[in-house]
Amino acid sequence: MTNSALFMAVFLACAVEAVEALTIVLAAGTARDWRSSIAGLLAGMVTLAAVVALLGPALSAIPLDGLRLFVGGLLLVFGLQWLRKAILRASGHRALHDEAMVFESTLAAARRAGVQRRGPVLDWYAFTLSYKGVLLEGLEVAFIALTFGANQHNIPLAAAAAVAAVLVVAVVGMAVRAPLSRVPENSMKFAVGVMLIAFGMFWGAEGAGAHWPLDDAALLVLVPAVALYALALVALFRRRSANASPLNADVATTERATHS
Amino acid sequence: MIGKLRGFGAFWYDFIVGDDWLVGLGVLLALAITYAASRITDAPVWWIVVAAVAILLPHSVFRATRHRR
Repeated sequence: MTNSALFMAVFLACAVEAVEALTIVLAAGTARDWRSSIAGLLAGMVTLAAVVALLGPALSAIPLDGLRLFVGGLLLVFGLQWLRKAILRASGHRALHDEAMVFESTLAAARRAGVQRRGPVLDWYAFTLSYKGVLLEGLEVAFIALTFGANQHNIPLAAAAAVAAVLVVAVVGMAVRAPLSRVPENSMKFAVGVMLIAFGMFWGAEGAGAHWPLDDAALLVLVPAVALYALALVALFRRRSANASPLNADVATTERATHS
Repeated sequence: MIGKLRGFGAFWYDFIVGDDWLVGLGVLLALAITYAASRITDAPVWWIVVAAVAILLPHSVFRATRHRR
């Protein structure tokens, strides 16, 4: 179970962030200069690879209990943030992430900026926009992939899941040549948040000296329990949103309809 | 130089702690209490982290909805 869960969690997390990075790269290329945008994308990926190459061996050198405590804590913090955002969006308290809208606003901002050439880069704005987008969206999932992989002693599987997600998004993005606005990002974020919290609780508590009933099989209870708890919170906060304002209720209903 | 260092610190704070610093503090406390409890008792202590998540998640969502009003 843990290997397939590891693959799924890393794949989904990377796919969500890759969709967001793709939107920025597409906007930089469309509004400005494709060569500079792709150079920024490649530079961002090289920086991410360097971070992974530096951190991977460092994480592998930490004793298992210390690693589980550190990684469990980090995954818990990340998972709680991802799931909070997913719950806020699903319950109508925050608008669903709209890649088409993000694309249009990034495009408009990119068109307003002046052109500046630096060394071999024809358009510095397009390069940095693309580079920052890839690096910032990719850094968190690089941490997630590394920490999941190190804990499971299977960094190659985590890396394979990350590469597979990036390739799938890149191929679909190249085929469509438009932001992937139909990807159910919130549902994917919800699923990743649930996985991160369940694994974070399991590893964090084990690293701190706790022993789980059922040992590894405790995860089979933790994952669905966290998912059900989060769904109950969505229902609770959706009702609060509807009670607070009829306008919010309309937004929640519309978003539910467009999201399903 | 100071501005760059401040920006670097702000980036890592935002990256690790995020929008709600209470979540980071709560996770840190829960793991510290689990560690201390596991050293002084043989009773099961796994539930401490579960209880922390059960409290932190709705509390964090509630804080975010309240800030939005």
